[in-house]
Amino acid sequence: MDGNMISNLIQIKEQELAARKKIVLRCCMAAGCMSLDAKGVREQLEKAVAEAGLQNEVEVRGVGCMRLCCEGPLVAADPQNTLNIKVTTKNAPSIIAALRDGKTEVSRTDPNSSFFTKQLSIVLANSGVINPERIESYIAADGYHALHEVLHEMTPREAVEALVKSGLRGRGGAGFPTGLKWGTVAKSPGAKKYVICNADEGDPGAFMDRSVLESDPHAVLEGMAIAAYAVGADQGFIYVRAEYPLAIARLQIAIKQAKQLGLLGSGIFESPFNFNVDIRIGAGAFVCGEETALMASVEGKRGTPRPRPPFPAESGLWGSPTLINNVETFANVPPIYRNGADWFAGIGTEKSKGTKVFALAGKIRNTGLIEVPMGTPLRVIVEDMGGGAPDGGKIKAIQTGGPSGGCIPAQYLDTPVDYESLGKLGSIMGSGGMIVMDDTTNMVEIARFFMEFCMDESCGKCVPCRAGTVQMHHLLNNIANRRATARDLAKLEELCDMVKHTSLCGLGQTAPNPVLSTLRFFRNEYEELLQPDPFGPPSNGEVKKQTAAMH
Amino acid sequence: MAAKTLTINGKQISAEEGATILQAAEEAGVKIPTLCHLDGVYDVGACRLCLVEVTGVPKLLPACTTKVSEGMEIKTDSEQLQKYRRLTLELLFAERNHVCAVCVANGHCELQTLAYSQGMDHVRYDYCFPKWGVDNTHRLFGMDHNRCILCTRCVRVCWHIEGAGTKNVAGRGSKAKIITDLNMPWGESGSCTNCGKCVQSCPTGALFYKGSTVAEMERDRSRLEFIVTAREKKLWVASD
Repeated sequence: MDGNMISNLIQIKEQELAARKKIVLRCCMAAGCMSLDAKGVREQLEKAVAEAGLQNEVEVRGVGCMRLCCEGPLVAADPQNTLNIKVTTKNAPSIIAALRDGKTEVSRTDPNSSFFTKQLSIVLANSGVINPERIESYIAADGYHALHEVLHEMTPREAVEALVKSGLRGRGGAGFPTGLKWGTVAKSPGAKKYVICNADEGDPGAFMDRSVLESDPHAVLEGMAIAAYAVGADQGFIYVRAEYPLAIARLQIAIKQAKQLGLLGSGIFESPFNFNVDIRIGAGAFVCGEETALMASVEGKRGTPRPRPPFPAESGLWGSPTLINNVETFANVPPIYRNGADWFAGIGTEKSKGTKVFALAGKIRNTGLIEVPMGTPLRVIVEDMGGGAPDGGKIKAIQTGGPSGGCIPAQYLDTPVDYESLGKLGSIMGSGGMIVMDDTTNMVEIARFFMEFCMDESCGKCVPCRAGTVQMHHLLNNIANRRATARDLAKLEELCDMVKHTSLCGLGQTAPNPVLSTLRFFRNEYEELLQPDPFGPPSNGEVKKQTAAMH
Repeated sequence: MAAKTLTINGKQISAEEGATILQAAEEAGVKIPTLCHLDGVYDVGACRLCLVEVTGVPKLLPACTTKVSEGMEIKTDSEQLQKYRRLTLELLFAERNHVCAVCVANGHCELQTLAYSQGMDHVRYDYCFPKWGVDNTHRLFGMDHNRCILCTRCVRVCWHIEGAGTKNVAGRGSKAKIITDLNMPWGESGSCTNCGKCVQSCPTGALFYKGSTVAEMERDRSRLEFIVTAREKKLWVASD
């Protein structure tokens, strides 16, 4: 089929909508539910539909993440608006029976609970609704219409300006204004330019980007294509970690389908714009999420970072100007062009626009994915939506930003989630991992865990990160095992400062953050573990008093 | 080429456009300590000893990879920088087994010299005492990984000057290691041309001529051209 025309897109959408059946059973086919045999559940549902002779009325659709991961596998029924939880291959057929008499043996959860109602879906709008393995499903949800509009109604410059106006900031962690980045790449001279999607999500407890790729891969592709047009690139790379096989498989399907319809490739939508996307698979190094290391890896070299400047926007992949954005950033792009920059700029706070997807994990009742407007207080996220700590526990702290972030203590729960507010508390927005800790959590252990992670993931290129993380981990070990004195703690703090200010890349520069933030808010937990110093009085007066009291 | 004027430690200097801070400082007679830098090969900014403060830039910048710009105000020797340099050296000494008294490079070692010049008189962090081996399989040269600081000078001269591509880095973090070919004994390397540039480039006693004993491993840094063009000029014949 020649898909280079918008009429074809509209035709596909109409066909898709006309083929809709009265009842749709949406089965989650994302990695979390798949690990609990969601595939088997879906097969059982299809079988039960066939046995009941309901093929013409009921559609069993494999969809992406439906967010409440802890209750999976999830099956939602439309238009009944029920959400079945913990569905097994055994009880799945009773969901079909329930379509007749309303009775079912499968547990349900309230789709109108605040976990769902307080969400605002932009990035995840299609997640859990469309079939990520069928491009028609995405097109029916107005997919690729934004690309058509941008190619035909906007000059590249106008496209960049629209993004600047939207106020979108990078969702990979640092929050750099995306429009500014696009503008810089667009202005950089060079015949060849590249667009890279950073899908090397590696923070412990973070799974937002994986879910987006598994649930709505075309949104990322469309976002990349729009970006490529805006900056003047014709080649894109998606750098996905090998640990995400399902995301890779869905991306491969998506790229193939988009090529078949002429939505990727040469002369897209009968315009002179060409754009191809290739997948590059990471080999398990966390540091390859750092943009310069990622580019080295794409080039086939050892994945180590290099000093910036020059920034990738100026000299990136093979020395050409390169735009690197994160998965979630690209997924935000099509909705911005579809609904307008002003619409997007109207969501969120003054400096942080739009929404943010978080992966809720740890000591919290409802674990899963949430997407909330920027500026939502942490309390709403963990207490209203997350349901608080399980088993009557009390929330002690929230860890955001993974190993580069920090622990925010419970007394700051009313902090709005935006780049600046989290930064003020010594943490970062990060890519969206949110690990909740309750009062049984030992903060020194947390710091040690993250330091071990950074130590193992240091690439070994620069001295502060390579050797400094080893020493910091060693000191934390000694503190945790009650073998350290106040002097060791002072040495640890000195190293934190040094590694933070002298490391080459973001990994090293932020590696001390978990220690610094726990020291800032939970210093007593460290001091309780310190031993008296056998070599005389420590420099810290406070501990001297403590030591005297112990004798 | 246009010239740029800038100040280093309060002193006004001029530098060629495109020059690095390190080059400009050297020309102006300001010494910035370096370890992974080697004249003649490209810089990687890995050792972090040449970090300098630039007014208006919140981060410390490596002098070896940062280009000069007009009006730049650079500080190379603030107390903070000196402290960081001593700490970096302490970390290096604690990382592997640097025992000067028994080292071939004793007295001619850049790491040792830097420790003296930067005032790093003792190491306050626990020594790691890793068990790294010695590769003595090569006919002419030896590699003692215990003394390696992973500056990658040998890798860079091997790839970009000799063009042999024998040396490389394998592993990650503290487990990173200089390897020959696909991590095979140096003596079995098919790509090594026995040129010895790596030995000449090494700042410590990690790479040495076989047969040299304590303090005998001298390298002539002033003859860098020698390293770069040794083969064409037939200045350097590696023989035993």
